[in-house]
Amino acid sequence: MDFELSDEQRAIQSLCRDFAQSEVRPRAEAMDAAAEFPYDLVKKMADLGLMGLPFPEEYGGAGADTVSYALAICELARVDASTAITVAAHVSLGSTPFFLFGTEEQKRKYLVPCARGEMLWGFGLTEPQAGSDAGGARTRAELRDGSWVINGTKAFITNSGTEITGGTTITAITGTDERGRPELSNIIVPQDTPGFTRSKQYNKMGWRASDTRELAFQDAVVPVENLLGERGKGLHQFLKILDGGRISVAALSVGLAMGAYDEALKYAKERHQFGRAISKFQAIQFKLADMLCEIEHAKLMVLKAAWEKDTGRDFAMSASLAKLYSGEVSGRVVNDAVQIHGGYGFMDEYPVSRMYRDQKINEIGEGTNEIQRLVIARLMGL
Amino acid sequence: MKIVVTVKLVPDTTADKRIDPATKRLVRTGETVLNPFDEYAIEAALQLKEKLGAETTVTVVTMAPERGKEVVRKALAMGADDALMLSDPGCEGSDVMGTAYALAGAIAKNGFDLVVCGTQSTDAITGELPGALAEFLGVPGLTYVRKLEIDGTTLRAERETDSGFLKVTTGLPAVVSVTKSINEPRYPSLKGIMGAKKKTIAPLTLAELALEHPIGSGGAKTELVALTDPPARGKGKVVEVSSGAEGAKVIMDFLHAKKLI
Repeated sequence: MDFELSDEQRAIQSLCRDFAQSEVRPRAEAMDAAAEFPYDLVKKMADLGLMGLPFPEEYGGAGADTVSYALAICELARVDASTAITVAAHVSLGSTPFFLFGTEEQKRKYLVPCARGEMLWGFGLTEPQAGSDAGGARTRAELRDGSWVINGTKAFITNSGTEITGGTTITAITGTDERGRPELSNIIVPQDTPGFTRSKQYNKMGWRASDTRELAFQDAVVPVENLLGERGKGLHQFLKILDGGRISVAALSVGLAMGAYDEALKYAKERHQFGRAISKFQAIQFKLADMLCEIEHAKLMVLKAAWEKDTGRDFAMSASLAKLYSGEVSGRVVNDAVQIHGGYGFMDEYPVSRMYRDQKINEIGEGTNEIQRLVIARLMGL
Repeated sequence: MKIVVTVKLVPDTTADKRIDPATKRLVRTGETVLNPFDEYAIEAALQLKEKLGAETTVTVVTMAPERGKEVVRKALAMGADDALMLSDPGCEGSDVMGTAYALAGAIAKNGFDLVVCGTQSTDAITGELPGALAEFLGVPGLTYVRKLEIDGTTLRAERETDSGFLKVTTGLPAVVSVTKSINEPRYPSLKGIMGAKKKTIAPLTLAELALEHPIGSGGAKTELVALTDPPARGKGKVVEVSSGAEGAKVIMDFLHAKKLI
C-alpha cells in the first residue's frame, strides 16, 4: 500500500494551494458579501488549465487524474467554497457529460471550449417539484419537424447564467418507454436558444459568489442533433455523472473542513483568556483533535474513491460513502470552529462565519445525506 | 541563445528552521521548496525566451540530492526546456565558493550565453553565489538587476543600489542576479506540470566535471566557527496611562526616541 502522491499530483496540489492562498483568499470575504461572481479568477484558472483538469489534452484538458482533481478542489474549498463549486460544477456536471456521452462532434464543439475554460456549462436535473425525486421531473422535449421543443423549469442550476456560460445540458422527458414509464433523455441547450431564459441569481445563504439560477423553457427549440448520446438513456447518464460528481463535492467538503480547522487552530493560539492561549485548555484541544481526526478520515475516503476511479475500479460505493461522510464531517468541523471563535465566530469579519454558511449545502447538494444513505443501501443490495 | 538559470532546493520557507549543533548545518529533512528568489530568475529567463524566439533555450541547473528533482520539475513546469542536476555525495558540505565553483563547471560544460540567478537563497542568505559564479566563469557579473534587456549580443540592465539604480551595459556571455522587483513569477500551468515529466533532467557527477580543485566539506575555504540563536524577544514595555491623549504622547515620545519618526 502506498500513500505517496506522484510528482504531478504534488505539483498540482502545490499550484492550487499557492493560487488559492494568493489569489482567492484575499477576495473571498468581499465576493461573499457582494455575491459577486469572480470572472477574473475564472479566467486565471482557465489559463492555468484548472477548468479542464481531468480531460485529455486532445479535448483541451490537462490530462490529470481524479486524485489531482480532488486535491485541486480541496485546496480551493479550503479558502473559498464558492470558487471551488464553480470549478467542480463546471468540470463534473457541465463538461463531463460531453466527455462521457457526447459524439465526437459534440466533444469538439462543447467539451473543448469548456475544458479550456473559454465558456462555462451547466447541468440541469433538479426542478422546483423534483429534487430528491429526480425521476419525477416534468420538463418535456418533443420532437417536432427535426427539432426538440422544450417546455418546463429547472431549479438551482450552478453556472447557468454567467456572462461566459455557453449553455446547460438538461434532463427532459422525451416520450414513454415500452412499459409506459417516462423516457428520459439529456439535451444540450445553448444559451442563445429562443424560448430559453434564466432568472436572476438566487439570494443564497452560502456559496454566494457562485452563479445559481432557475431556468425556464417555453417552446425552446434546439436541433435534433442536440440530443446527448442516446435517446432514452437520460437516467443512466445522470446517475453516472452524479457518481463522479460525488468525488468532487466530497473533496469540496474536506477542503472546507480543512479551512475551518486552519482558522480555528490559528485563532486558538492567538486568543487569550484566563491568562493564557485558549489552545492550552483541554476543552479546545479535544475539539481540535476531533476535527483533525475526522478530516483525515474523510480525506482518505475521498482519495480512495478517486484512486479507484483512476485505476478503473468500480468507485460508486466509495464515492457515496465519501460524499456522505465528508459532508457530515464538514458540518461538525465548521460548528466547532465557530464555537472555538466564540462571539467573534458569529461576526462576518472572521472567515469561519462564511464557512459555517457555506457548509450546509454540502449535506444537501448533489444528493442529500438521506438520499446518499439510500444510494449506499442500494449498493449494499438492500 | 542559451540561457541558464541556477536554482536551489531550500527548506519550506514557512517552516521553523533548525540547525544541527553537531554538524552546524541546517536540518534539511523537512519539506523542501524551490528557493522563492529563483522563481524571479526563471521568470526573467522565460520572458527573454518569449522575446527572443524559439532559438533560445532555458536550462535549469542545480546542485542537489536526488530528491531535488521535484524542485527542478517546478522550474520545468513553469516553462524551462531542460535541466542539469549535479547530484553527488562529494558535494555535501560545500560552502558558497565550492558550490559556485562546481556550478560554474557544470554551466561551462553545457555552454551558455547568459546565466540568470536569484539574488540569494532563503536558507544561507549569503547572496554571494552570482558574483562568485561570474568570477569562476570569467565573464561579467551584474548583481541586483531590476530590469534586463538583450539586444543582439549586448545586455542592458538596471542595477538596484541603496540610493537608486545604475544603468549598465555589457556584452555576452554574462551572469546576472535579479531582484524581486524585476517581474511577477508565473504559476506553473497544469499543461506545464503534465509536460514537465517529458523534459530531460540530465544527471551530472563530479567525476564528469573533472574539477581541478576539491569541493564538498573537504574543499570548503570557510569554516563555521560558532552558532548562536537570535536573542529571544523580551517582553514589551507596559505603560499605564490615564487618558488617550497621554497614551498617544507616550507612544510618540517612544518613537521619537528611537528615531523612527
